[in-house]
Amino acid sequence: MSLRIDGIGVRYGAVEAVSEVDLTVADGEVVALLGPSGCGKSTLLRAVAGLERPSAGVVAWDDEDLAGVPVHRRGFGLVFQDGQLFPHRDVAGNVAFGMRMHGVEAEARHKRVAELLELVGLGGYQKRRVTELSGGEQQRVALARALAPRPRLLLLDEPLSALDRALREQLAVDLARLLREAGATALVVTHDHDEAFTLADRVAVMRAGRIRQVGPPTEVWRSPVDVETARFLGCGKILPADVALDLLGITVPGRVGLRSTALRVDSSGTLEGVVEERVHRRDHVRLLVTVRDEEFEAVAPVAEPPALGDRVRLVVDPDGLAVLGDQADRGE
Amino acid sequence: MAHARSGLSWAFAALVPLVFLGVFFAWPVLAIVRLGLRDGGVGEALTAAPTWELVGFTLGQAAASTVLALVTGLPVAFLLARCKVVGSGFVRAAVMVPFVLPTVVVGLAFRALWPDGGVLPIVLANAFFNVAVVARTVGGLWAHTDRRAEDAARALGASRPRAFASVVLPSLLPAIGSAASVVFLFCATSFGVVLVLGGARYRTLETEIYLRTVELFDLSGAAALSLLQFAAVLAVLLLGGLARRRRETALSLRGQVDVVHRPTGGEWGVVAVAFAVVLTLLVPVVGLVVRSLSTVDGWSLAGYRALTGTGERGTLAVSGVDAAMNSVRTATDATLLALTIGVFSAVVLVGLRRGRTPWGIGEALDTALMLPLGVSAVTVGFGYLITMDALPGDLRTSPVLVPLAQALVVTPLIVRIVLPVLRAVDERLRQAAATLGASPWRVWREVDLPLAGRSLVAAAGFGFVVALGEFGATSFLARPESPTLPIVIARLMSRPGQLNSQMAYAACALLMVVTVAAVLLIEKLRVPSSGEF
Repeated sequence: MSLRIDGIGVRYGAVEAVSEVDLTVADGEVVALLGPSGCGKSTLLRAVAGLERPSAGVVAWDDEDLAGVPVHRRGFGLVFQDGQLFPHRDVAGNVAFGMRMHGVEAEARHKRVAELLELVGLGGYQKRRVTELSGGEQQRVALARALAPRPRLLLLDEPLSALDRALREQLAVDLARLLREAGATALVVTHDHDEAFTLADRVAVMRAGRIRQVGPPTEVWRSPVDVETARFLGCGKILPADVALDLLGITVPGRVGLRSTALRVDSSGTLEGVVEERVHRRDHVRLLVTVRDEEFEAVAPVAEPPALGDRVRLVVDPDGLAVLGDQADRGE
Repeated sequence: MAHARSGLSWAFAALVPLVFLGVFFAWPVLAIVRLGLRDGGVGEALTAAPTWELVGFTLGQAAASTVLALVTGLPVAFLLARCKVVGSGFVRAAVMVPFVLPTVVVGLAFRALWPDGGVLPIVLANAFFNVAVVARTVGGLWAHTDRRAEDAARALGASRPRAFASVVLPSLLPAIGSAASVVFLFCATSFGVVLVLGGARYRTLETEIYLRTVELFDLSGAAALSLLQFAAVLAVLLLGGLARRRRETALSLRGQVDVVHRPTGGEWGVVAVAFAVVLTLLVPVVGLVVRSLSTVDGWSLAGYRALTGTGERGTLAVSGVDAAMNSVRTATDATLLALTIGVFSAVVLVGLRRGRTPWGIGEALDTALMLPLGVSAVTVGFGYLITMDALPGDLRTSPVLVPLAQALVVTPLIVRIVLPVLRAVDERLRQAAATLGASPWRVWREVDLPLAGRSLVAAAGFGFVVALGEFGATSFLARPESPTLPIVIARLMSRPGQLNSQMAYAACALLMVVTVAAVLLIEKLRVPSSGEF
């Protein structure tokens, strides 16, 4: 009960969208494909679904090569970014679609539709027209539709990207719970690391058609494999070990990546900086400070934020640091 | 590999309509051309200055008629697609009536208004026929396009005309392009109208081919002109195909309920124009009905009563009523045949585009399907007579021949109506269905068919009325004991006798009634655009 991707490549004419990708998704595991837009992650997902023909490599389920298996016989559910609900069917008609294709009897269908709508928080929506639903509701229906025929693998293509942020964060949590409750094996494509880390047991970071790093979220977060991965994961500043020791007084085995939360305003701190810019965020104030002529991002509490030009004391927060791994950490 | 196989199977499926076209279109036409070429004279015709004047006039009047049909058809399309006003059902039916009228009859109707004929009545009459093509084809897509893009443009500060020009018009371009190419081809090969209104002064390639074939027996001259017409049509089709190629992209299709509303503000102006267009269209139609009821002795139903008989001094082999029944049967067969081939072709064309099949086979099929529109129906009919002997069975004398020829004329229309809608279905909707376990056939049935349902019914209705009014090819092929109504009308017109012409006008009126009834029936049977299919 597992997906194995082995040396997959996808070409569009002369353009190689995906190259030499190896990845496995174990039974009940949720793997996120994380990368900037245009990195080939959606193409890889489509190749797994059978919607793109790989130019090289093998997609296999339980060691059965799927090359000759058409989309509709793969038993893989797919959720698009914008739902793609059938506009000529009501909510129940959409959710029941896959079960009808598999010859499930009407009574069993009704029961499962009700059950799934309950699960996604849309109980009683059966007769609603899909065109009348909000974006978030449409996405929930799309998820229920994909889950209904009990797919052996669920493929989610930027499932939350079309939604506004508050809804996205709420739905990400819901979706994580749903996937666990349903015991789903899933491959999620996203460009949002919060989303990836919320949903996934393992994260595969993709860039320029290749997978650069695979690992559990905390590992990928704490030790990105290279500079670009670190930058993609929010490290605005990368310092060599000696500079980090000199400037910030921290000892690390290699280069270190600093996120915006790496420095925190704290009167007990030993570092001293001057506030250059200040921006209010939801739950903190973000600063740009200079420490010994070097600019750093830092955070301050919302209450009593320092003013521009203030001298502030700073502490280093280990949670805001990422230690760049060496080559041995890459992949599997 | 599943994908490579599907690309190949689409290419293979494309052979089915191509073979049909080969046997029932290319072969007869080529036979005629060969017949002409054998006697030489092609080079002579091509170097003669009058030939090029013919070409110029043919294309010029077609272009003018097309522009006129587009300008008058778009307001009607808007009314049909977007407006909830009293009388839109009437407009829907009324706009179809001119399209079905036999060309000779329309020619006569316009001649009553312009006794000397000329270019203006030719252009008017051609446009008169084709307003329906524009209104129905464009209206079909318009009814399904998402209104919110227009709303967004308006909210961004675009005036109503500006929003129309920058948002609505581009999204309608596939349908407008389709309609324009169909109308242009109809006008370029328009036969009866030009024959009646042009007289000896204004001739098109089509009437010249007819005159040379039937009256002068100048087959080589006719063949030369056929080749020329064929080349011109091919050029127009290829240009149209290239232009369309990039434009038919995914639109957000919605049920019509979402977009129909009561007109507001300036929209009433458009609605008024649409009604004015429709009322203008009805002038020749009403004139015809009046003429069918008036005799030298005052109002009379004599023409209608005569339909149960065979005309003055037995002009016809069967009664008018029998001819009408035969017309309906023939047109039904032709429609079913054309619907099968047309929808199959449209599906194949969509599949070919999707499968990224090389070799331009999609474009080839697309163009091949349009060709019958551009070739003289007279040539096709004549070609059938000289080729069908070679096929097994006694096809040449079989009653199957007429529906086959009519289906050939109707199929391109059906493709042009259905294709833009099928191409506008978001590919990911099909992919979603496939990942839920729907086989390609099931995807078509569950996604394409319901979304294209409306345009399918429209295409069937359109095809039926065109088959009902088809004249050029049918006049060659219909057997004397089983004529269609237009054939009967033409025959009655060509014979002397007050009763005969009265009967012809009555038959025209009858044909209109049948058309209107068919159109109304189709409107009733129309698939609801929302809910379960």
